[in-house]
Amino acid sequence: MKSLINATLSIIVVCALLWFAASKLEASGSAGGEGVLTIYNWGEYIDPELIDQFEEQTGITVIYETFDSNEAMLTKVKQGGSAYDIAVPSEYAIETMIEEDLLIEIDHSKLTNLQNIDPYFLDLAFDPKNKYSIPYFWGTVGVVFNPNEIPEHLTFDTWEHLWDPALKNKVFLVDGSREVMGMGLNSLGYSLNSRDEQELREATDHLKELNGNVKAIIGDEITPLMVNNEATVALTFSGQAADMMWENEDLDFAVPSEGSNLWFDNMVIPKTSSNIDGAHAFINFMLDAEVAAQNADYVGYSTPNEAAMALLDEEVISDERFYPPIDMRDNLEVYENLGLEFLGTYNELFLEFKMSLN
Amino acid sequence: MKIKSKASLIPYIIWIALFVIAPIGLIAYYSLLDLNGDFTFANYQNFFTSAYLTMTLTSFWYAFLITFFTLLIAYPTAYFLTKTKHKHLWLMLIIIPSWINLLLKTYAFIGIFGLYGPINAFLEVFGFDPTQILFTDFSFVFVAVYVFIPFMILPIFNSLDKMNPSLIYASRDLGASAWTTFRRVIFPLTIDGVKSGIQVTFIPALSLFMITRLIAGNKVITLGTAIEQQFLVAQNWGMGSTIAVFLILIMFASMLFTRTSKKGGRV
Amino acid sequence: MRSKLSPAAKIYLAIVFVVLYAPIFYLIFYSFNSGGTMNSFEGFTLEHYQAVFDDNRLIVILINTIIVALLTGLFATIIGTLGAVGIVSLRNKKMRNVFLSLNNILIVSPDVVIGASFLILFTMIGVKLGFASVLISHIAFSIPIVVLMVLPKMLEMNTNLIDAALDLGASKRDVLMRVILPYIKPGIFAGFFMALTYSLDDFAVTFFVTGNGFSTLSVEIYSMARAGISLTVNAISGLVFVITVGVVAIYYFITSRSKKAEEV
Repeated sequence: MKSLINATLSIIVVCALLWFAASKLEASGSAGGEGVLTIYNWGEYIDPELIDQFEEQTGITVIYETFDSNEAMLTKVKQGGSAYDIAVPSEYAIETMIEEDLLIEIDHSKLTNLQNIDPYFLDLAFDPKNKYSIPYFWGTVGVVFNPNEIPEHLTFDTWEHLWDPALKNKVFLVDGSREVMGMGLNSLGYSLNSRDEQELREATDHLKELNGNVKAIIGDEITPLMVNNEATVALTFSGQAADMMWENEDLDFAVPSEGSNLWFDNMVIPKTSSNIDGAHAFINFMLDAEVAAQNADYVGYSTPNEAAMALLDEEVISDERFYPPIDMRDNLEVYENLGLEFLGTYNELFLEFKMSLN
Repeated sequence: MKIKSKASLIPYIIWIALFVIAPIGLIAYYSLLDLNGDFTFANYQNFFTSAYLTMTLTSFWYAFLITFFTLLIAYPTAYFLTKTKHKHLWLMLIIIPSWINLLLKTYAFIGIFGLYGPINAFLEVFGFDPTQILFTDFSFVFVAVYVFIPFMILPIFNSLDKMNPSLIYASRDLGASAWTTFRRVIFPLTIDGVKSGIQVTFIPALSLFMITRLIAGNKVITLGTAIEQQFLVAQNWGMGSTIAVFLILIMFASMLFTRTSKKGGRV
Repeated sequence: MRSKLSPAAKIYLAIVFVVLYAPIFYLIFYSFNSGGTMNSFEGFTLEHYQAVFDDNRLIVILINTIIVALLTGLFATIIGTLGAVGIVSLRNKKMRNVFLSLNNILIVSPDVVIGASFLILFTMIGVKLGFASVLISHIAFSIPIVVLMVLPKMLEMNTNLIDAALDLGASKRDVLMRVILPYIKPGIFAGFFMALTYSLDDFAVTFFVTGNGFSTLSVEIYSMARAGISLTVNAISGLVFVITVGVVAIYYFITSRSKKAEEV
């Protein structure tokens, strides 16, 4: 009995001490003054130095919270209960958020740096006139591969190369129904936003023929595998491909010519925001050429900020694999919000494909 | 037993009401809704299509394999641990690895099992060609067993620990072999610990998710993975809840099953 | 008195321990890698440890994680143990089974379902998301494991002990404090440590119910996956691991020494 009481007491004492230490640390870290700004972003998706710089410049204290998927973020913002001032969702999630009235209109007059953004990335279908969102990073979906490990004729300028018998048990796919189904649709020349049952069925059947080639369907873990030459061919996002190629110089990346996906992560201000001025100040800060350049350098994804591109290494921005010129972007499609019904169909078919693998 | 310590149940009952009954009600309610929030039985019909039934069966098969191997490894470990000096320290050392984040350990396994990882390097010394161990049934079951081992060892250790050693001596004195002693004396006396261990392994194994992707490459799809996908990707909480309802029903069934084997005990 | 371990048994235990610790040592090994990834070891460096101490935010998150885990262990153990004692005292076998079944529901439910339903629950009753909501959720999903750990001990306890104590005039409280609790103590400790494990490992539930700047290490690590997990996290895991082993070893030797002193 005595030992139980002792254990209880020591737990309470330890917790009290730790709590004291944490509050000391938090107090020393915050600048205080101009209020608090809560940012909701992917992990490791911003250079932490920039947050410090922003706090210094404005006197605002930044709280940085992280999420691991658009859908999970959406659930949190929808339920409320936590006041997020800035979030960084992908374009299809932004469309949903607009539809469900979760966002605040952005006051463009407060964004003096908005002119830095390449007009190509403004006024897109998912958010006409950028009423609700401002571009943060962008990219494509393509194939990252190790040319040393596969026959020379496989350059992935066409999706059909994924079906090549030489790639038996070598292909890794990203675990996303839109990406994989989109690849199946694109490979047959259909739109990756297809709502045609017949086309979707054909695409699924075509995907099933990939059976012998698919080694695994995984998520972000593909990065260490590619870097370490454990995997040779992977369907993945360009941002991740850039990360991999930075670590492993043997790798190459290609976006097949039949077409692929063009994606965006944009900054938005959720309705729950309690510091709308601060949120605008933050967006404007991130649009600054030098800030955006530093961030792109740290994160390694493609920036939509034209002025920032001028500050990046020539070698980086002239890389057509990650900064495809305008005419190459013509084949790329942005995901449309399919509606829950069709999203369900895509997922059922993707599940059917997964279960056909062995 | 004369004592009636019902009062001690009060906080526990409050917990059940708030965090078990309420969420179940919510799940049952959602399982009857379609995508537009209208009342429907379509989700239940959908569950009885071949895709979901196959998934349930494979889920069961893997959960069974995982539980079997976990028990196979955990029982002797627990048994030997009770015989060591400083046994409680050793037991703690079994638990500590589970305090390190699972995702990190999974990444470590990806490295360890890799083509250029330590295991293949070791095999190469003996002249074997490097083989891809990842994304196979073996690696999946291995890592799952790894995750559950401490949960199985702990209850078995506890029931072995307090066992009266004179029972074993008696059995041996009466001429029983070591195996008979184990089968007729030790194992029956620790059956409650084994059952606890099976409950905390088999049931969660049905709803394993992350390592189905990271270690099995999504070639194994469990009920847990399917629910995860319905909630987070398809945004179809109705279908996700329906699968969850079945998972809970399966759990009830498996509890009934483990209960029938119970002999004696106290009332 | 104690039969000694055979060499085969020793080898068996050694293998189990090697396997259990292999991924952890792998993580720690690469925390010293100057290469920046967990792939190829390029050179020895302490910069990742330096980065841990420079990052106040990360340390606060680590402290939060530990506080939540310890308090979860404490409260879940108290409620769960009382629950187990209560369940066993139920005469009605049906009632007992109903409780046991309800108990297991949270163990079988996938984290996402628990997290989403708790989130709805908290926003409905107006609990502010943050430390409190995370702690309450962790306690909630750790209680069943405590019950499962304590229950076998309760069941195997000799009823004569309790009857004898009652016959000798002990009050119910005394019976609980002096007879039951000391007997089921191993189960209680087992439950506590399992609750700690559940709390430290949880990602999905915490993710849904946290907010207002409160975060735990798991949430942080999972959301890093897209852009790559930095070795700083390896370093922090290494530190946590070394400190834990140290504390456990010291605590063990202090208590076992004082026990010996008492015996003599």
